[in-house]
Amino acid sequence: MSSPVSRGFRHLHRSSVGQEGRVPPGQYVTEGFPVLSAGPTPHTPLQEWTFSIRRGGDTLRSWTWEEFQALSAETVTADIHCVTRWSKLDTGWRGVSVDTLLDQVPHDAAYVLAFCDGGYTSNLPVKDVTGGQAWVAFGYDGQPLQAEHGGPARLLVPHLYFWKSAKWVRGLELRDRDEPGFWESYGYHIYGDPWREQRYAGD
Amino acid sequence: MARAAVRGRLTWQIARVSSVTRETDSVCTIGLEVPDWAGHQAGEHLDVRLTAEDGYTAERSYSIATADGEPVAITVERLEDGEVSPYLTGELRAGDQLELRGPIGRWFVWDTSDGGPLLLIAGGSGVVPLRAILRHRQRSGSEVPVRLLYSSRTLADVIYHHELDQYRGAAEVSYTLTRSQPPGWTGYSGRVDAAMLSEIAWPASQHPLAFVCGPTRFVETVAEKLVALGYPASRVKTERFGGT
Repeated sequence: MSSPVSRGFRHLHRSSVGQEGRVPPGQYVTEGFPVLSAGPTPHTPLQEWTFSIRRGGDTLRSWTWEEFQALSAETVTADIHCVTRWSKLDTGWRGVSVDTLLDQVPHDAAYVLAFCDGGYTSNLPVKDVTGGQAWVAFGYDGQPLQAEHGGPARLLVPHLYFWKSAKWVRGLELRDRDEPGFWESYGYHIYGDPWREQRYAGD
Repeated sequence: MARAAVRGRLTWQIARVSSVTRETDSVCTIGLEVPDWAGHQAGEHLDVRLTAEDGYTAERSYSIATADGEPVAITVERLEDGEVSPYLTGELRAGDQLELRGPIGRWFVWDTSDGGPLLLIAGGSGVVPLRAILRHRQRSGSEVPVRLLYSSRTLADVIYHHELDQYRGAAEVSYTLTRSQPPGWTGYSGRVDAAMLSEIAWPASQHPLAFVCGPTRFVETVAEKLVALGYPASRVKTERFGGT
């Protein structure tokens, strides 16, 4: 099927200098920071917050907020790409590498399911959250991460569509099999590579 | 849901624009003849793809404005700095072709089996998927009680005003105007606040189901206030658009 040309439709949002090769197909660059959420924003007090790594119903390791803050954190600059088509370049984060967390838990799992306040989940291959590719981020733009953007802490996996960077994350469940998380079970892609435009199931 | 599970891969198809109807100065409803439409749930959206003469393409998502079983339509608000919406609301004509795929969503949806009472809260063009829910409820003969609170800047910005007024009796429709109110205005004035919500929202004891759609700040505020009124977070479905 060839796409019909829309008479009079013109390309307005051209990439600026320095943006070439950084914006995946079908995306446009925004200066704002839009929000995509399925429900009300959870507000978990820091004294109740923990981050846990689980497997098969067992908690293998858990950190309180204070313990988590004592882990070595990294500053990350990354381009992020939302499935709703905005991309934001050079976003600045502070967080703990997922490598740092998983290194403390010997395992042979191939997948993780990130679980979150509000009941959200998102599934990811272990190979996509290790090797310096993923963080549990609690700072954005030099400030504590705001609740509406996933604070106190969210997953940050910038090489996949941003819904994989699960907001309000509370832990990772190690899994042998890949099973869909929240948005993935509502028709979004199981993996979500923006460079291959894997927006919806089957893309 | 079985109905959702049998959906296959979403493929692009060419629809024909059957009508372009102006709703307000900046909003149009685009009627679409879609040859291979598998049906949709009220509240879902579809993706539109435009192709320029030089081969450049742009895609955007729009809420479906109609109920399943009705001709597919989208309602689009022109964004001044937008690339696609000015074209759809300014250039597109009946008879034009448009590439689309859908439906997409499955979460921000309502069917009669989901029950109620229903609380629909819209900010600006966030009314579009809620209008689809109202139409679906009407068409399916559902008697689930429903209240709509719709916030607009001015009376001239109210989308579907005539249609929404016709639901009165079958649905409780309330408006609030945030920027200016005409003489003799009897609706609410100002932004949706706790006092307005406590008057309009069904008591939490009735296990209502709320759908909130609008700009991010609007949705964030309304959802938070509904939780404060005792609504469980799982009974407040939200959809947001626009930057913060």
